[in-house]
Amino acid sequence: MTLLALEGLVKRFASTTALDALSLQIGAGEFFALLGGSGSGKSTLLRVIAGFEAPDSGRVRLQGRDITRLPPQARDLAMMFQSYALFPHMSVRENIAYGLRRAGERDPGPRVAELVVLLGLEGLEERRPQQLSGGQQQRVALARALARRPPLVLLDEPLGALDSGLRERTGLELRALQRRLGASFVMVTHDQAEALSLADRVAVLEGGRIAQVAAPRELYERPATRAVARFLGAANVLEAGRFHLRAETTAPAYALRPERIQLAPGLPEANGTRATVTEIAFRGGDVLLLAQAEGQVLRLVLPAGLALPEPGAEVFLAWDAAALAPLSA
Amino acid sequence: MIRAGAWLALLLLVAAPLVIVLGMGFGTSAPGVPPVIPPIGRAGWQGSLEAWALLFADTYYLDAALRSLRLAAITAGLCLVLGFGMALGIASAAPRWQAPLLALVLLPFWSGFVLRLAAWVGLLRDGGWVNSVLLQAGLISEPLPLLYSEGAMLLGMVHGYLPFAVLPLTATLARRDLRLEEAAADLGAGRWTVFLTITLPLAAPAAGAAFLLVFIPAAGEVVIPEVLGAPDSVLFGRAIWGEFFQTRDWPAAAVLSTALLALLLVPIALYQRLSVAR
Amino acid sequence: MRRAFLALGLIFLWAPILLMAAYAFSGSRVPFEWGGFSLRWFLALAANERLLEAAWLSLRIGAASATLATALGLALGWVLARHGRFAGRPLFGVLAGAPLVLPEVVMGLALLLLFVGLQALTGWPAQRGAVTVWLAHASLGMAYVAVLVQARLTGLDPALEEAAADLGATPAVVFRTITLPLIAPSLAAGWLLAFTLSLDDVVLASFVSGPGATTLPVYLFSQLRLGMTPEANALAVVMLGFAGGLGLIAWMLRLRR
Repeated sequence: MTLLALEGLVKRFASTTALDALSLQIGAGEFFALLGGSGSGKSTLLRVIAGFEAPDSGRVRLQGRDITRLPPQARDLAMMFQSYALFPHMSVRENIAYGLRRAGERDPGPRVAELVVLLGLEGLEERRPQQLSGGQQQRVALARALARRPPLVLLDEPLGALDSGLRERTGLELRALQRRLGASFVMVTHDQAEALSLADRVAVLEGGRIAQVAAPRELYERPATRAVARFLGAANVLEAGRFHLRAETTAPAYALRPERIQLAPGLPEANGTRATVTEIAFRGGDVLLLAQAEGQVLRLVLPAGLALPEPGAEVFLAWDAAALAPLSA
Repeated sequence: MIRAGAWLALLLLVAAPLVIVLGMGFGTSAPGVPPVIPPIGRAGWQGSLEAWALLFADTYYLDAALRSLRLAAITAGLCLVLGFGMALGIASAAPRWQAPLLALVLLPFWSGFVLRLAAWVGLLRDGGWVNSVLLQAGLISEPLPLLYSEGAMLLGMVHGYLPFAVLPLTATLARRDLRLEEAAADLGAGRWTVFLTITLPLAAPAAGAAFLLVFIPAAGEVVIPEVLGAPDSVLFGRAIWGEFFQTRDWPAAAVLSTALLALLLVPIALYQRLSVAR
Repeated sequence: MRRAFLALGLIFLWAPILLMAAYAFSGSRVPFEWGGFSLRWFLALAANERLLEAAWLSLRIGAASATLATALGLALGWVLARHGRFAGRPLFGVLAGAPLVLPEVVMGLALLLLFVGLQALTGWPAQRGAVTVWLAHASLGMAYVAVLVQARLTGLDPALEEAAADLGATPAVVFRTITLPLIAPSLAAGWLLAFTLSLDDVVLASFVSGPGATTLPVYLFSQLRLGMTPEANALAVVMLGFAGGLGLIAWMLRLRR
């Protein structure tokens, strides 16, 4: 069931086009990630959905209702801001109760208490936001967004302001919470690992358009374009004209994950190349190897414990036909 | 709605008065209430250049203008040097002492402007506190003529305007990145070199703003020269005051005001530039 | 070195004030001459009806003009910070900043001519007095309030107001529950600054005031030309004590928070 439908959204700023006829559907109960670099339009998209920016054309539908022209306060959704935007002059309790009061709730106490328990904020109710740690602030911001049980929660870089040690755990908690509440979460992020590990589906944005929408596994294995392949982290892009390739489908270029390339005893007839090792870096669980072949640097990730060549050595590389993911553009 | 109201307030309370001053310079002084014939009457234009002719009749007002600018520059320079040192002292103090120290700089304001001038009079006059202390100590044999001099006036001006210089300088210096000075010291710069090559250049816009923040009002100051200054050395602000209150020549006062504004146009524009840049 | 400068500056600022405070308790008729400990000048102050009347008028004008200045300054600061580029914005900025840099004597003359002109055209104000001083002081104070409000508003994280709207608050409710409480410190500081400016002003009040409306600084200025009694020292002590007491309370409230 479609909860949120975006139809042909266009948003231009002075000289740039932030959203370029973008369409997208997000289902009820889905954890959806908008992944893209800076300037990809992902933040603008979130702001258009929340109502802080009006699109130049196109529609936003929530539960079938056209909300394109509604002001933010009239939209049945809640946003968690990247900076959290906790009200500094209010306690944790007042922050969480803010939306409830706006909805005319006389006694927000019980619901606030529920959220305090849900997010593990017991004992912090009377603190001011400035007196909380980054992780606690993040949970207050989430509690505040969830207070009115919105069917759609927008999260702008929800883990961006956290220490790296806290990020993984908080991300998993976020997903568990989303599963439990059954609301749709739409998360903006520039971190591909975060998007792939948390979301049910990921949309990769580039230049205000959607380059690809897919489940994480599919996105990782079968990137649609060169740009998606590069953005998803360190995939090798092989041009069909440059290497002798034999793939399952014909395409102008293919993505090849670094862990799908092996060292071979001799030069294979196809799907392989002669290469010169340029760099070797031990990374704990695995080894990163860079090799020069056909005027291009290839990245390999090899399991640790293998016998490794020295930098400067000549090696043969090989891969399976199935490892070649065709790219359309 | 808010913008319309804001425009109304500015046009009525700021723009209109200034336009009227410019226009009144072309009026004619005449006995009556008010003692002036405005440049535009029922019959249309009836203005004259009489008051403007007065301005250029001799070098009296030119001398007053140059004297005012010179004294304002000295006042602003002294305030800048002393204020910079004080601001650096406050900015280098422990954070919890900064607010009380700044309060200590600002609190003298609340002793009352006129009362502070009265104190300077009482301290500096011939039979005043300073002279009697010096006499009793045997350092002088007869009272020094301290009051009603350029020195007394400068003392009063620096005393009155010093907090204006300390305030913006403290705000800028307290925010400065100390790592830059540490980096310079690490690269071999001595304390004095660090100050001259890092601290001072980075604070230059604030220093310029502080100088102008004192210079601009000091150039038009009326009350301090009136109370502490020598009666024969007329300053520009005093001249306007005198034309209005003593001679009751409103067009002349308006012409002098216009001239003062023209003199201050460059410093004012510069100040607005600097305060936007910070 | 830095401390030496600070100490020197503070001594310079405070020396005449401390001397005033000390000699306020002197019994001598001559200011700054020790005539034994006495409270006679404080008693003389309390019996000086003209002075008390002027002080009371100054306090009322100060409070009223600071309040008007705060309201107008809030509007000016709001437009400067929030309305972006609009037709006439450069002129708006120059006019809003003008009272900060105009010499008092020019501003005093200009406002007087405005009131005279208004009277000739509309009959109002029928005479100059407390009302004209109130307006003159407000037009000076509003520029200071505007600067403070503008700085505070531009420093505010725009996400705070967006978050409130996102949580269902209408623009009016956002302003009342989020914006206003967050800029309240700058409004309070602006009010206090405008109050102080009004309470200390000689020049504007001299120009735009009329008979029967003598503010405290104007009264003191006229007394100063005649020669001042040690009453001035006693009055300075009272004012400083008042301001210092308020400052101390504010500081302790902040420490407690």
